Parts: sequence; C-alpha cells; structure tokens
Amino acid sequence: MSDQIKITIDGESIEVPKGTTILQAARMIGKNYPPAMCYYTPLKNTGGKCRVCLVKVAQASEANPRPMPKLVASCLTQAEHGMVVENESSPEVLEARNGVVEFLLINHPLDCPVCDQAGECDLQNLSFEHGRSETRYEEGRREFDKIDIGPFIQLHMTRCILCYRCVYLADQLTEKRVHGVINRGDVSEISTYIQNAIENDFSGNIIDVCPVGALTDKTYRFKQRVWFSKPFDAHRDCPKCTGKSVLWMKGQDIIRITSRKDKFGEVIDFICNECRFDHKEPHHWVIEGPRDMGEESVISANKYELPVVSPAVNVDAKFVSE
Amino acid sequence: MSVIKLTNRIKVMERKPMTFMERLYFPAILKGMSITISHFFTKKATIQYPEQKRPMSDVFRGLHILKRDDKGAERCTACGLCALACPAEAITMTAAERTPENKHLYREEKYAAVYEINMLRCIFCGLCEEACPKEAIFLQNDKMAPASYEREDFIFGKDRLVEPFLNSKS
Repeated sequence: MSDQIKITIDGESIEVPKGTTILQAARMIGKNYPPAMCYYTPLKNTGGKCRVCLVKVAQASEANPRPMPKLVASCLTQAEHGMVVENESSPEVLEARNGVVEFLLINHPLDCPVCDQAGECDLQNLSFEHGRSETRYEEGRREFDKIDIGPFIQLHMTRCILCYRCVYLADQLTEKRVHGVINRGDVSEISTYIQNAIENDFSGNIIDVCPVGALTDKTYRFKQRVWFSKPFDAHRDCPKCTGKSVLWMKGQDIIRITSRKDKFGEVIDFICNECRFDHKEPHHWVIEGPRDMGEESVISANKYELPVVSPAVNVDAKFVSE
Repeated sequence: MSVIKLTNRIKVMERKPMTFMERLYFPAILKGMSITISHFFTKKATIQYPEQKRPMSDVFRGLHILKRDDKGAERCTACGLCALACPAEAITMTAAERTPENKHLYREEKYAAVYEINMLRCIFCGLCEEACPKEAIFLQNDKMAPASYEREDFIFGKDRLVEPFLNSKS
C-alpha cells in the first residue's frame, strides 16, 4: 500500500500522507476546516477535549464503506484511504457544534468588554458563528478564588475552558512545570502549588496558546483594546529564542509583544520571556513591517492596506534622529 | 451681428414707456404696503429661540451622556466598541483598573479613566449608542452640543459627559 491516501472532505479530495488526521487534511485543503479550541499542532498530545472539531464520517474507508456510527473528533481521527467526511455540509455536524459551543459558554462569564483577549479570542469567534444570542442555563456560573501566578501572567479562571494547552506547553517547552489542573470535573481549575509564581523562561507562551482570555499578559492589562493597537513584525538577536515577534504598538510605544501566529492561530516560533516582557523599547527591535492580520480580523479595522515598502527599517536609527 | 442661438426659447423683451398710472407710483406703493401689513396678522414662522423652544422628536440624537446604573456606579467599562463603531473617529478613551475603594463608583473591574468625544468630529449618528454592550452611552433627545468660541471647548471629557449623581436617583 502506498504512503499517500485519498480523503474527501465536503466534496473536495486531497492526497495526504498516511497518519494525517482529518483536521490536518481539512487544513491542507484550506477552506471550511473545522474549528479547534484545544488541538494545537506545535504541542504533542493536544486535542480531543473541546469537541468543537466534530465531523461526520460518511464512509470510513474504501475497504469499509460504512459510515462511522457517531460524529468523531477530527483532530484525533486519522484519515483512511477513501474516507468521505462531511464537515459544514452536514446539518448534523453544525447542530452538534452549536451544542458544543453552548456547553463551552455555560460557565464562561462573557465579560468580553472587560477581557483583554476580546478581538483575538477563539471562543468569541466561535460563538459569533455558532453561538446562541441568549443562554438557557439557569444555574450560577463557576466562581473561583483569585490566584496570583506571578508578575507577568494574569489568570482569570472563570474564563477557562480547560483545553489543557498551557499544561502541555509547560510540560513540553519549559524545564519544570509549576502549574497544572487541580480538582476534577466541574470544579477543576488551572492553578499552581501554593501560589508558586510561574517563572520559567518560556512560560509567557501560555498567554499565546490560551484560546480564551483565561491567561493574559499582566503588563498589557487594560492598556488598550487589541484593535486599537497596530501589530508589527519585528525581531531581535536573542540567545534563548528566535526573537521573531509581533510588536503591538500605540503611537511609538510598544504596549505588548507576542509571538507570531499562522492563519490557524497557532504559534510559529515560541519566544522567551525576556523578549516578551523586558524589551518594550522600540530601539531594541528591528521592525520588519506591519503584520497582516487577515481581512476578517477586527484588528484590521481602520488600518492601512498592505503592501508596505522597505521591509527592513531599522527603528533604532529612525527614532534616535528625531 | 448674428446671434448664436442655442435654443428656440429666446424671449424678446419689449421696452414700452410707462403709462400715467404707473408713473404716479402711489398705487404700487399701496399695493406693496398692503401685502406687508397683511403679514403682521398671519402666524409667525419664527420663535424667540433661547426663551422659547420647539418640541423635539423622541428619536432626536443630541448630546451624549454616560449613564450610571441604579446604584450610581458608572456603566462604561471602556470596552472600546463605541470608538470602533464611530465612523467619524470622534471617541477616544483610556482604560484603568478599578481599585477596591472605588468599587461603588464603577460597575466593572475596568473603567474609563479618560473618555473624550470630539463634538466637532461627531456626526450624531448614534452608532456608539447601538454598539454599546453595557447600555452606558446614550444620545439625549433634549440637549444639543452647545456652541462655543474655542475649539478646545468641543472636546467633551468625562466631566461633561457623565450623568450627574442626582439625576440617577430619580
């Protein structure tokens, strides 16, 4: 048997290597791919928790043309040769997805006007497409004691959807994880042992992988709404990481630094805490040019169009001369 | 000299000498005065503005107000949706975190430390009112932005936008 297998998703066929998941194949096709709140390509073992990527498998494989009995999580299910998948073309999938979003939102405080993640929040985008305008949940939402997890990262446990991305990131990227999920079921929460501060070199990346506003940048807290700041690609020589970052600027001030994300919202290069929190002066960076956030993002509102000339402007010289 | 005719609608004016009655002028003056005097007794089209005011429509969009909730705390959380919706880019704001001792002043943990509307830019379209998720900003139907001599006077800060404490009780 060859290593390439053929899979059909929403009527579009693609040849993918063996072992590819349905979600990855759908992303290779590049349109109408299922959303994912917990699955994260750069991190191993993620996926299978949020259930928003559910798809219908109308034909399991060429050898076994029967449909799969239930909707499957596309981020974990491997593609088979001759598999036929229905994503948004199936009303059953859309109904299931609406239900999952409703479940994700029952304990979510929906404090988007206060939340710093608003504007770049996966859950906000998801509920915009699939959510109901009102809740059917009558019980009170979860409440937690506030825990301070250090000077750089703000934890809002009420907003957490328990995707475990930050836990996997700390396991796989930093030397010693000091936070995790404690308790079980409805009361489980992200926490540290006895208010340990998270101080690993790469711990700031848990801000970027968090799909909601549960983990946000404390140095950026309430500084500005994301859509009023302007993102710029920039880099600096960093001994610990690649130094390729996005600067979020207001006027000539850097108000936030994040890592770069691809069009699926996944971090391309993880950056270290020194780049993220300590270098907020423009002359520490070489600015490459404005970052294209995509037309559908609210961050692109009121911004000038690309393309921009002179990709390597050294801000150092420009700012000193003024 | 030939005249270039663009249309066939040229009307040739005749200039005749005035008749005797026309040369007296007096009847024409009387006729004019009668029209003027008859207007003294008709209904007037104008009002004495600052003392008298016309009734305004219920849906009139006038001066903005930042409302307080029933406990007197400011509703605005500086979410920035009004500034995003504003087509004239008249609204700017700076957010700040509420301290525990200010809990009675602001409803949410974030509040607008600075909130400014440039009334020269504002086109009173009411999109800020529609965008507001907290029902904080409204355009009053009985007040207009006052005139002024200085441009600086048209940048309304929180001192002139926030609803006074007493009104919120009523």
